Amino acid sequence: MRVATIALHTFKESVRERVLYNLVVFAVLLTAAGILFGIISVGVKEIILINLGLASISVFGLLIAIFIGIGLVSKEIERRSIYSILSKPVMRSEFILGKYLGLLLTLVVNTAIMTAGLYLALFYEKRTLALSDLNVLGAVYFILLQLAVVVGIALFFSSISTPILSAAFTFCFYIIGNFLADIRWFGREAQNVFLERATALLYYLLPNFGNFNVITRVSHGEKIPGYLVVGNSCYALLYITILVSAAILVFEEREFK
Amino acid sequence: MLAVETLDLAKDYYVGFWRKRPRKALQALNLCVESGEIFGLLGPNGAGKTTTLKLLFRLVFPTSGTARILGKDIKDVSVHARVGYLPENPYFYDHLTAEEYLNFAAELFSIPAPARRRRVGDLLEQVGLTEARDVPLRRFSKGMVQRVGIAQALVNDPEVIFLDEPISGLDPLGRREVRELILRLKEQKKTVFFSTHILSDAELLCDRVAILNRGRLLGCGELSKILSLGVHATEIVLENPAPETLAELSSYTSALVQTGERVRFEVPEQSDVAKVLEITLRRGARIVSLNPLKMSLEDYFLAQVAPATEKAREKQARLGVR
Repeated sequence: MRVATIALHTFKESVRERVLYNLVVFAVLLTAAGILFGIISVGVKEIILINLGLASISVFGLLIAIFIGIGLVSKEIERRSIYSILSKPVMRSEFILGKYLGLLLTLVVNTAIMTAGLYLALFYEKRTLALSDLNVLGAVYFILLQLAVVVGIALFFSSISTPILSAAFTFCFYIIGNFLADIRWFGREAQNVFLERATALLYYLLPNFGNFNVITRVSHGEKIPGYLVVGNSCYALLYITILVSAAILVFEEREFK
Repeated sequence: MLAVETLDLAKDYYVGFWRKRPRKALQALNLCVESGEIFGLLGPNGAGKTTTLKLLFRLVFPTSGTARILGKDIKDVSVHARVGYLPENPYFYDHLTAEEYLNFAAELFSIPAPARRRRVGDLLEQVGLTEARDVPLRRFSKGMVQRVGIAQALVNDPEVIFLDEPISGLDPLGRREVRELILRLKEQKKTVFFSTHILSDAELLCDRVAILNRGRLLGCGELSKILSLGVHATEIVLENPAPETLAELSSYTSALVQTGERVRFEVPEQSDVAKVLEITLRRGARIVSLNPLKMSLEDYFLAQVAPATEKAREKQARLGVR
């Protein structure tokens, strides 16, 4: 109950702080793309539109996840609003969980509106929607899973560090997480035992965001296999559980001087 | 049952970048606050008042010792359902209106919606914010934010209310309103534990006070006893007394001051007051006023704090610390 109250409050705060204004930029982007597509041949138009739409959903979501996520806890401490929350019968774990779920709700709503916009643009271009277009939803789900992990990372760093450092760390994790397969390949090719082990450790320790990227496959009409959906869901859930638990553990010991 | 009890409660903060060394913010504090009383925690800035309140709410953790609120250990968060807390210089989410914030606070206590609406309405009226209920908090003055702070501390109808410097930063009207509110809480049998460095307010409100300085408890007791300890003289004001009257009184009086037609003087010995009155009446002088000069809380406070501060300075000088 208290978790839900804090989550809804976090969502309301994001909306009031005009986070959803990014939707306007998204709408402008899709409209501009629609006009531009008038001069491109029919087959490629749809691929580009799906690619652009999903990439935008991912980038805008990522920006929100990082820039709101890094302030989730640190801003509360800095502004001392945490004093009046923790003096109520609210456990620190409830506060962290509420904050996490609140930002996740913001991202879900934001992504849902953008997805609806993407389908609208697709319908406008094709004058119809086919069953195969539902594949886009799979890609959107993977983007959400990725964002849920990024929020976890941002929340964890927000509990131990300043917003600027949290942003830097979260962004680094995201970048590394996108190139983990390449980093591991580099480690194998380097013919150096230390490098090979270090890159393998990174590969298994950090979340591999490359797993969630199916935008190109979906834009070319490929179906997302069921095992990937289940596998990615479990993979994301594992990281989210570890990150949120770590944030709670750190926050339980934190003093507010 | 005791409303608040601290048992050797102590807190060290570690200062310095490379070589961390402890700074004692609070030293083995033992306090008992009875249910239904207004208890004032007094002390200059940096005395440890806010640290004490933060320790009670586990915003910082004790280095040693513990405390109980309403008989429950402070580690038990469930006790927060029965208490209210106004932090020093509070900040509340400024994207919310006063009504929305109080609703949010009430939701954290799981108060059902109909009772919540009633309670929030009542509180807004109590703190004089009914007109501004729909105004975002970012447009509130400091005094208005303080009122929201007091309202959120009362949203669960608490048994014990902790107020950290509730009166500082308010204009004279706001101060009077907060004082009246605290007295109303006492009438409702609530316990009020508040910290302040404004002694006149403590003198007006408190049943008992504790004085802290540099993290150390210097004294604790009933205000009425503290203040009655020191009737050190009796002040008498006469109107147009004849020079002969003053001459006859001179052996019993001191600090004589003449202002216009009035003469003010003090009678240091209590036993001489009757004699002075007898002479005055026999000589036909008009008595304007007669007041026992009691020790004020400020006198008591200075008497406690000044020697401790002086001692600390001497120690610092001996150690060559600037």
